[in-house]
Amino acid sequence: MQYLISVLDDESDESTADAADGSGDVDAFNERLRADGYLVFVAGLDSPATAAVVDNRGDAAIFTDGPYVESKEYLGGLWIVEAPDLDVALKLAAEASRVCNRKLEVRPFVDE
Amino acid sequence: MSDVRETITRVHHEEWARVVASLTKRFGDLDVAEEAAAEAFATAVERWPDVGVPPNPGAWLTTTANRKAIDRLRRENKRDDKHKEAQMSYDDPPEPLGVIDDERLRLIFTCCHPALSMETRVALTLRMVGGLTVPEIARAFLVQETAMGQRITRAKAKIKAARIPYRVPDTEDLPRRVSGVLTVLFIVFNEGYLATGPDTDPVRHELTSEAIRLTRLIRALMPDDGEVAGLLALMLLTEARRTARVSASGELVSLDEQDRGSWDAAMVAEGHRLVRERLAAGVAPGRYQILAAINAVHTSARDVRDTDWSQVVALYGQLVRVDPSPIVELNRAIAVAELDGPEVALATVDRLSEKLDGYHAFHATRADLLRRMGQSQQARAAYDKAIELAGNTAETAYLTRRRDQLAGPSKPS
Repeated sequence: MQYLISVLDDESDESTADAADGSGDVDAFNERLRADGYLVFVAGLDSPATAAVVDNRGDAAIFTDGPYVESKEYLGGLWIVEAPDLDVALKLAAEASRVCNRKLEVRPFVDE
Repeated sequence: MSDVRETITRVHHEEWARVVASLTKRFGDLDVAEEAAAEAFATAVERWPDVGVPPNPGAWLTTTANRKAIDRLRRENKRDDKHKEAQMSYDDPPEPLGVIDDERLRLIFTCCHPALSMETRVALTLRMVGGLTVPEIARAFLVQETAMGQRITRAKAKIKAARIPYRVPDTEDLPRRVSGVLTVLFIVFNEGYLATGPDTDPVRHELTSEAIRLTRLIRALMPDDGEVAGLLALMLLTEARRTARVSASGELVSLDEQDRGSWDAAMVAEGHRLVRERLAAGVAPGRYQILAAINAVHTSARDVRDTDWSQVVALYGQLVRVDPSPIVELNRAIAVAELDGPEVALATVDRLSEKLDGYHAFHATRADLLRRMGQSQQARAAYDKAIELAGNTAETAYLTRRRDQLAGPSKPS
């Protein structure tokens, strides 16, 4: 079962100003995830200001500058983990929250 | 006839959670387990009056429910090939008792999982573990039946989709998760003990007794957990005073005015026994054990004047250290008033005004202290505020009488 762990960044929260990715703690944690067979994917995202919005539902594709939603909270990065059940995923996310100093959301992928 | 009906009610109480738990384990699906258990009980209601109660009703129900579940899965398997035939034999040997008990515990932890909202945990626990029907739960929480049905259906879907596990948490997580389960049971109990809304009976025995029954079950499954024992003792010592708490005219009767002779002596004795057991354990008590001890002091006094208030104040002091919430401070102040007088208590209470201004008991406490100090006018204003905020009909009636007893400016006519 795969779970998406979303990193919730908050631009108004000064306490989380230090970079999430690239810090030694996060690297070591990712290494451990990989070694234990949980890690599917991990990446940090650039700031929402770098986003573009695409809509090709009509006659022609329309490209506009992003982000899609202006909000103080935004997606800062993500993990995808493979875990046998939610409790294991939550435990991994609890460690992840500590090492990246952010609030996280854990959500299952649709299980096909 | 009525004998069979009584037997079915009793068996339902005793066996429901066991049947749901064993089916959940076998089929890995709460929805299948719940539906099959309900069908098995419906079959019992239909057949037992004619053919008699089987010698082992629990085994009969489990077997019947297993068949119902397999029939359902067979029907669904024509569309969906997920469930293996291997799971589907009719004649598994019955599991030894210990294992089944353990499964009920798993069921409780699944229903009280922190990834579910608190109101969902309460509803799901009452349905899956308590065996209450959806309409019963909807009535208990004044929610539309369809809305309550959806809440439970969504919860089951979430448990399945997110794979909320069906197991007892690790030792490391256990204390926190047990405390989550106890919170759910305490919510059920409190809603029965002092209903929040004006549209139900002020005291709802069906909820308090259900909470006690489920807490007893957890106590049987986790006999060494101090807080489980503490919560059971607290519920028993509170429930023991149930009939004394509301007068014939439907008014709440405060502790000092209650007819202590009508307290349930057996429940008081059992509660006291549990409190003594925890004291003897010599482990630092948690919130529920301290609350139980406070209630043990109250229920030890044959007359309110015999109450050991210094003991009560000391216990509240202990509780403040474990749970420094303004509501605990408020209750401590009420005990302080008995020991040091209303003036001392009022000083503490007034410091809580910012945090508790929207809480009826805060204003009711102030009103009572001001009344005892002879400050009628201020007391009246505080009673008005408390009446405005209180939802429970019996409590409103009590507060209104107390207010109207105050000598004061003549009523506006």
